[in-house]
Amino acid sequence: MDLNLDAPHSMGTTIVGVTYDGGVVLGADSRTSTGMYVANRASDKITQLTDNVYLCRSGSAADSQVVSDYVRYFLHQHTIQSGQPATVKVAANLIRLLSYNNKNMLQTGLIVGGWDKYEGGKIYGVPLGGTILEQPFTIGGSGSSYLYGFFDQTWKEGMSKEEAEKLVVKAVSLAIARDGASGGVVRTVIINSEGVTRNFYPGDTLPLWHEELEPQNSLLDILSSTSPEPMST
Amino acid sequence: MSQAVVDVPPKGGFSFDLCRRNEMLSGKGIQPPSFRKTGTTIVGLIFKDGVILGADTRATEGPIVCDKNCEKIHYMAPNIYCCGAGTAADTEAVTDMVSSQLQLHCYHTGRVSRVVTALTLLKSHLFSYQGYVSAALVLGGVDVTGPHLHTIYPHGSTDTLPFATMGSGSLAAMAVFESKYREGLTREEGIELVCEAICSGIFNDLGSGSNVDVCVITKGHKEYLRNYQMPNPRTYVSSKGYTFAKGLTEVLTTKITPLKEKVEVIDASDAMEE
Repeated sequence: MDLNLDAPHSMGTTIVGVTYDGGVVLGADSRTSTGMYVANRASDKITQLTDNVYLCRSGSAADSQVVSDYVRYFLHQHTIQSGQPATVKVAANLIRLLSYNNKNMLQTGLIVGGWDKYEGGKIYGVPLGGTILEQPFTIGGSGSSYLYGFFDQTWKEGMSKEEAEKLVVKAVSLAIARDGASGGVVRTVIINSEGVTRNFYPGDTLPLWHEELEPQNSLLDILSSTSPEPMST
Repeated sequence: MSQAVVDVPPKGGFSFDLCRRNEMLSGKGIQPPSFRKTGTTIVGLIFKDGVILGADTRATEGPIVCDKNCEKIHYMAPNIYCCGAGTAADTEAVTDMVSSQLQLHCYHTGRVSRVVTALTLLKSHLFSYQGYVSAALVLGGVDVTGPHLHTIYPHGSTDTLPFATMGSGSLAAMAVFESKYREGLTREEGIELVCEAICSGIFNDLGSGSNVDVCVITKGHKEYLRNYQMPNPRTYVSSKGYTFAKGLTEVLTTKITPLKEKVEVIDASDAMEE
């Protein structure tokens, strides 16, 4: 079986961005794959652009890292020049300009989310090709294919912060269960007027879905114990 | 229409002019020359007081081991070292280049180099060559902000991890790390774990072999332990020795070509006329 370790580092990924009453919640899994090998099982795909704007990255790891580095630099300059924190719209547009103008060379789908004092919490999706779409919620990455129906049914306007975060964690864990290229832990970032909260949900705290099994004790434990215990049902 | 040909300086970067010709040649069955790769197992881990890097020492040229004891842990700065896997020329060149850039930066800022500086210089170079510079690196060091360990892939993406492995033997080494790594290892435990991981690569991966190099970096101090373990000693040495006395080899023909030319001057009396 050829693992193809020379394949470019890609983030199979499931990324999710959701607005709620007062802010946004961004969520992502943590698997970075090189061909069939998991190069990093605990990566952080939600990167900071400014104090109030964060970015979910998917697609080629190198391309998305470089784009986020450039935009962070431009936004820093923009903040100094304007004297106030950058708006989410400006951040999303800078991402879009880089994505669109280099569409032949980049392969990355991005979700920009944040909070500013003019528009409140906003989510912008910038998929492959460099379109920019402002949406109340958006999903991206290879695992997102399994979430379109789920969101159509479960999403509603005006959720609370706790409801929104629970929705995001549930969605990412559903995608992890079905998508081979997503896995690891679920990371969420909540951005609102009060600031930014980062949360971390280890893989074993996530709910198990249909036909997934609890970890079973290995029968080999019987071999190592001194007196064999009778099997109990 | 002017026929003037301006002498243009060669453009930087790669020239892909010969790609068509190479394709045609390989279609005819002519193999391209294989380049020297470091098959490799390289690892790094963060322990209580800093960073430990480890590497094997085999360099391969296709199926042949061309160097049984090469150095894969490259110096970047007094407090930063970098292990390299992939094409040997690429890892050497890129680490040497960034090492000089780091030193210039050090003089310019008047401060000790930071690991993230080396990281950014390496990743932007590799990204701009879009993966054609085949260097997969494990970069580790200790600076004012603490110990850092990063992996850098040929396409320019980076990861920051508490323990990392790269190269063809990375799966074998990662298996050892995943089962035995924990936070807050002591120096001895860390070195032992690194050696175990490299040995796992040496014995289970065909592209890695020979000896184990270890480099321990702590705050203000570094130790480069070259050939820390040598688990593959040369056991057979011919008792007859390897020098051969004159007269043992049969001479079939002898041809002598004098290196000094004999020049004959024919007529010295006729002076050259203008």
